[in-house]
Amino acid sequence: MKILVPIKRVVDYNVRVKVKSDGSGVETEGVKMSINPFDEIALEEALRIKEAGNAEEVIVCSIGNKDCQQQLRTGLAMGADRAIHVVTDGSVQPLAAARVLLKLIEKEGPEIVFLGKQAIDDDNSQTGQMLAALWDRPQATFASKVELSDGKATVTREVDAGLETLEVDLPAVLTSDLRLNEPRFVKLPDIMKAKRKPLDEIALDELDVEAAARLELTAYEPPPKRSGGRILESARELVDELKNKGLL
Amino acid sequence: MARVLIIAQHEDGALNPATAKTLSGALGLGIDDIDIAVFAESAAGVAQQASRLQGASRVLAIEHADFAHLTAARLAPEIKALAGDYTHILGPSTTFGRDLMPRAAALIGVGQVSDVQEVIDSHTFKRPIYAGNAIVTVKAPEGQTVVATVRSASYSAAVEGDSPCEIESREAAATDPGHTRYINLETGGGDGPDLQTADRVVSGGRAMGSAEGFDVIYSFAKKLGAAVGASRAAVDAGYVPNELQVGQTGKIIAPELYFAIGISGAIQHLTGIKDAGTIVAINKDAEAPIFEIADFGLVGDLFEIVPELEKLI
Ligand SMILES: Cc1cc2nc3c(=O)[nH]c(=O)nc-3n(C[C@H](O)[C@H](O)[C@H](O)COP(=O)(O)OP(=O)(O)OC[C@H]3O[C@@H](n4cnc5c(N)ncnc54)[C@H](O)[C@@H]3O)c2cc1C
Ligand SMILES: Cc1cc2nc3c(=O)[nH]c(=O)nc-3n(C[C@H](O)[C@H](O)[C@H](O)COP(=O)(O)OP(=O)(O)OC[C@H]3O[C@@H](n4cnc5c(N)ncnc54)[C@H](O)[C@@H]3O)c2cc1C
Repeated sequence: MKILVPIKRVVDYNVRVKVKSDGSGVETEGVKMSINPFDEIALEEALRIKEAGNAEEVIVCSIGNKDCQQQLRTGLAMGADRAIHVVTDGSVQPLAAARVLLKLIEKEGPEIVFLGKQAIDDDNSQTGQMLAALWDRPQATFASKVELSDGKATVTREVDAGLETLEVDLPAVLTSDLRLNEPRFVKLPDIMKAKRKPLDEIALDELDVEAAARLELTAYEPPPKRSGGRILESARELVDELKNKGLL
Repeated sequence: MARVLIIAQHEDGALNPATAKTLSGALGLGIDDIDIAVFAESAAGVAQQASRLQGASRVLAIEHADFAHLTAARLAPEIKALAGDYTHILGPSTTFGRDLMPRAAALIGVGQVSDVQEVIDSHTFKRPIYAGNAIVTVKAPEGQTVVATVRSASYSAAVEGDSPCEIESREAAATDPGHTRYINLETGGGDGPDLQTADRVVSGGRAMGSAEGFDVIYSFAKKLGAAVGASRAAVDAGYVPNELQVGQTGKIIAPELYFAIGISGAIQHLTGIKDAGTIVAINKDAEAPIFEIADFGLVGDLFEIVPELEKLI
């Protein structure tokens, strides 16, 4: 069985993102970029499934410009067998990304497509669900535990009310939540080895999907600032302040 | 003609408050015709609750045994079957809506606007990106169905009125694809108020040190009549169940009063409490970033301060 793990290159979660002064976007020049943390978790889970003998091959893929090959190489260094880079300079919205991924599914025939539950840049949380719809297969999103047996996956999902468990037939789309696992660190020899692993490039145009942006992003602005308040001296003073504001 | 459909969220026979908040968001579209769809095994109770919400024009009650547990795979085709009659389809940005709505959008063949925090006009919306570090204005194309989720923390619930709207029964249009089976739902079973809708929330962080340490938080919250929340670090360490996590990847909440206790104030946590009325921080480190956004701060050991506070109120 093959597992396909789509990984997105995003601004590292430690970076304090700033909106450009002209409102045309956010500052990404010279900013540290990483694999979307949820995708790293999805990849880690795929690798563990393979190491447990339940999969033969783990393929990472990314849709984007040349730069996302850095993240694909990191994925290979973590242990993925090969990588597919769908090359485009434009930005792909989730529906377009799902259409591209469906093309890769048709080529590769994976039993599991393991995505992140959301990308921490656009925070859309859509791509996996959209892919499952287009593929007409089950989805188990926000996974914190995955067990495989006889062509099925039993998935525990982090939902608002607690932990929901679903059983889905494979092939299926899964998306990772934070507590699924802790991704491994990449060691130097693995980085060297990753350089020799196959990384195929496919031009987005070759896939013949409708990828043009449909939603127009017209302006960016910083969020309203919360101004810091006051440090108080005692619990008594705090209680008085809260009473003054009618909060107690 | 412009018409809006809202997908209701409900559990155990009660309408989830996120539905009334989604309706508040929909009221900003400037469209009069707003229907609410209730998919349930038996829909009467929830449909009646929905029909009392002011601003709703009609409630569609769609009953089927399959709807005992709502899965995205079963529901998305139902939404698609209704979509032809509507220009806008909205759901809440809860895990229910986030799981379901993109699947429905893709079947309809359109993109989705996630987490709408402000409606500018019928096709233009503001939504947070980068964990709330930027707000982007998104324009959905004219002439296509608009699918969106509404960020609950940005809206107060639509109020109930005296004259309920009509309830119309509909037949389910799709069949169970058979590939997705609900097994169970485990809830932490806390008996305090619901974290997502509570007026007061007390959250503890890694500093609580253990599940027992968290008793300080539970006890204080009980005295206040507050819901209990937590940072990711506290959930990861197993002090409290996952549904208590507040933040970018947990719950986004907007209580009137929020206590962050032994929480450093990482950006991912702050995303979850930006819309809180008054934020109180208690931390032994005067330099902790939480103080940059807190309205009131106390510097010191939480294990001394919190019990003292509890006595004073
Ligand atoms: C600075 C900036 C400017 C932008 N400008 C525009 C613009 O002008 N016009 C416009 O239409 N859009 C623009 N976008 C939007 C953006 O390109 C898409 O909306 C976004 O890539 C897809 O949403 P998401 O990543 O939040 O998806 P999610 O649905 O949150 O992603 C979930 C998962 O899907 C997978 N995934 C998603 N994308 C990819 C990918 N590319 N490769 C591999 N796997 C992937 C990953 O596993 C990920 O964890 C801009 C974005 C940024 C950051
Ligand atoms: C992709 C991603 C998503 C994330 N999503 C979330 C999210 O949704 N929610 C979330 O909360 N985090 C999230 N995080 C994690 C976040 O970055 C922080 O790691 C986390 O919030 C830290 O939790 P904390 O403040 O409890 O712990 P710490 O940062 O360790 O802070 C503990 C604080 O307690 C104080 N302290 C210690 N002892 C005492 C005492 N006796 N009395 C008083 N104060 C004391 C310390 O001074 C310190 O400030 C996410 C991270 C990533 C990468």
